[in-house]
Amino acid sequence: MRDLAGYILKRGLWMVLTLWVVYSISFALMRSVPGNPFSSERGMPPAIELQMKARYNLDAPIMQQYVDILKGIVFRGDMGWSYKLEDYSVNQVIAEGFPVSASLAIFALVFALILGITAGVISAVYRRTPADTALMMAAVLGIAVPNFVIASIAILLFVFMLQLFPAAGWGTLSQIALPALCLGMPIAAYIARLTRTGMLETMTKDHVRTAFAKGLPRHKVITRHVLPGALLPVVSYLGPAVARVLTGSVVLEKIFALPGMGSHFINAALQRDYTVAMGMVLIYTVLLFVMNTLVDITYSIIDPRVKLQ
Amino acid sequence: MMTDSNRETLERILAESKGIHGVSLWQDAWRRLRRNKTAMISLVFLILLAVMAFITPLLPLQSPIDKDLNNRRFLPPNLQAVVMGSRADLKFEGGTLTGEMAKFDKMIVALQEDAAQTGDADEQQKIAESIQSRMEVEHPFNQLWNELDPLSWKMTEIRIAVFGDYSIPSVFGTDKLGRDLLARVFWGARVSLIVGVIAALVSLIIGVSYGAIAGYFGGHIDAAMMRLVDVLYSVPFFFVVIFLLTFLGEPDVKAWFDSVGVDQIMVFYITIGAIYWLTMSRVVRGQVLALRHEQFIEAAQTIGASPPRIIFRHLVPNVMGVVIVYLTLTIPSVMLFEAFLSFLGMGVAPPDVSWGLLLNDGIEALSIIKIFWWVVLFPGAALAFTLFALNFLGDGLRDALDPRMKNRD
Repeated sequence: MRDLAGYILKRGLWMVLTLWVVYSISFALMRSVPGNPFSSERGMPPAIELQMKARYNLDAPIMQQYVDILKGIVFRGDMGWSYKLEDYSVNQVIAEGFPVSASLAIFALVFALILGITAGVISAVYRRTPADTALMMAAVLGIAVPNFVIASIAILLFVFMLQLFPAAGWGTLSQIALPALCLGMPIAAYIARLTRTGMLETMTKDHVRTAFAKGLPRHKVITRHVLPGALLPVVSYLGPAVARVLTGSVVLEKIFALPGMGSHFINAALQRDYTVAMGMVLIYTVLLFVMNTLVDITYSIIDPRVKLQ
Repeated sequence: MMTDSNRETLERILAESKGIHGVSLWQDAWRRLRRNKTAMISLVFLILLAVMAFITPLLPLQSPIDKDLNNRRFLPPNLQAVVMGSRADLKFEGGTLTGEMAKFDKMIVALQEDAAQTGDADEQQKIAESIQSRMEVEHPFNQLWNELDPLSWKMTEIRIAVFGDYSIPSVFGTDKLGRDLLARVFWGARVSLIVGVIAALVSLIIGVSYGAIAGYFGGHIDAAMMRLVDVLYSVPFFFVVIFLLTFLGEPDVKAWFDSVGVDQIMVFYITIGAIYWLTMSRVVRGQVLALRHEQFIEAAQTIGASPPRIIFRHLVPNVMGVVIVYLTLTIPSVMLFEAFLSFLGMGVAPPDVSWGLLLNDGIEALSIIKIFWWVVLFPGAALAFTLFALNFLGDGLRDALDPRMKNRD
């Protein structure tokens, strides 16, 4: 337990350091771009522009701004106002987008785990049968075809031709299902391959032979003795998988027109809305750090040989 | 004093030893790779692809950028012959590219004669300038292709000399602006492959140097350098890169880069390459750590070789195996990333084409009213097959270079 607390504390410190680095770089980039949010406004009298700048602290020396914004983020959790969205603070944008992205990501991960592990187990158990070959071909396909291509084909197939899912919108389960499936597909493919390799390796181990020798039924050996060992690589892949889901959700939110963080981020980037873009990068850093830490902790619980450090 | 029998034995052993050839790591790996059918098919496919992409200007393809909104929008794959430069709005002489080129050459020659006749230096200067500007604007090549580099320009001239006005029919169909998809897939291959290769090379240079230096010096230097890698690992690079590209797309920044002679797409390659080095550096460091107490390193140190020499002459060549494996696995992920970015509208910008951009066009054209399947299928298949091949080759190389497999099949 003491280990765990120390570990979390250490990770937390690293996260703060990383965030600070990301903030500093973003700030430097933002400020090195000439002009300010008001300079493009045509016809704004210079006096008013000065007033606006004073109101938003843009007339302060650059170091002062750096410290002030940092203080705002640290003490008030305030990341400033959007440059491009009317009457939106960055926090509001994130608060709106986060639930959408989070539920999409969770659904996708759960789906990827269920499908990937099932497929991996089946193809390992029925090794060298047509089922195995077919599943592994599908897995390679899932890895090599970009998910935006899968998504657009899925829209065509399931939304327009078969009319199983609604075309757009957000909120109900049937509206989440299709984007989550498309998002989870490449990850499921990867997990299937990992599970299969892990299963095949564990099946040659001595303890499995013993289990068979003492007459346990096949399904019991596989679920009780083979699967736990085979799933270790899958658990350690969950960290990168989270990163992939976050990245992939940007693209899928664009295709399905979902109001998540990803589409806000892309819009911010395309319209040079620097405050929103910076806020998003910071939030994604936090998410990635937290998820990676959780995965590491889970791994050390499952596999006692691994020590947290 | 050596007896005869002794000498005989020695000679026999010598003759025997001549019959045995050492098997180097690479020979062994190559032998094993050759037996791996999927890896070999992938290798052949990739070599063919690279060659085809390189000689694209030599092939009798249609123009990748010439639009025909009136007659050729969304043509399904067909075998109808297309004559180069026959679109009416191009107003080419005789409706052919060769006709227009002959006319253009004649005009240039006439101008040059004018220049030769006038004795006035100012006049000559003026005519020379107008020739220059006409070459840039009116040359038929500049209407059918986008900014050919000198080599491609030469290759296109050879192609015209060989094939004349013949071009391959639109066997892949045409897109929403009436451009030939086959030509676009070929020209897109050049961009996509170059992005993959250059970015992977950048990541290779950074990653190998960084990892080798950290591993060789060890101790505090290693700890500090690897801590930095750990920190960078937890930065969501996808988002940082988009943020960076936003910044790089700012008109003033762009102008600055143009002024120092670096074009946008180069910056794009380097940015992507610069984020893919982390895994490479970790792998190389691990290998170097294992190698640095080997005797050949000690020998090099004893004769006074400098650390850079030891690192780059003695250590790096020994880790090349792993590096190559990671390189073949980095290229597909970089290509996928480029496709992602182009899809989101922040990668390669038109009129350049890349597979990501083609896929984006294709997806926009997907609709229920009429299914233009070919605009998605062909670029998608090109990308998928390439990624397949690279992944299989990478897996095959990893197995082949695995030292535990030495002298086994």
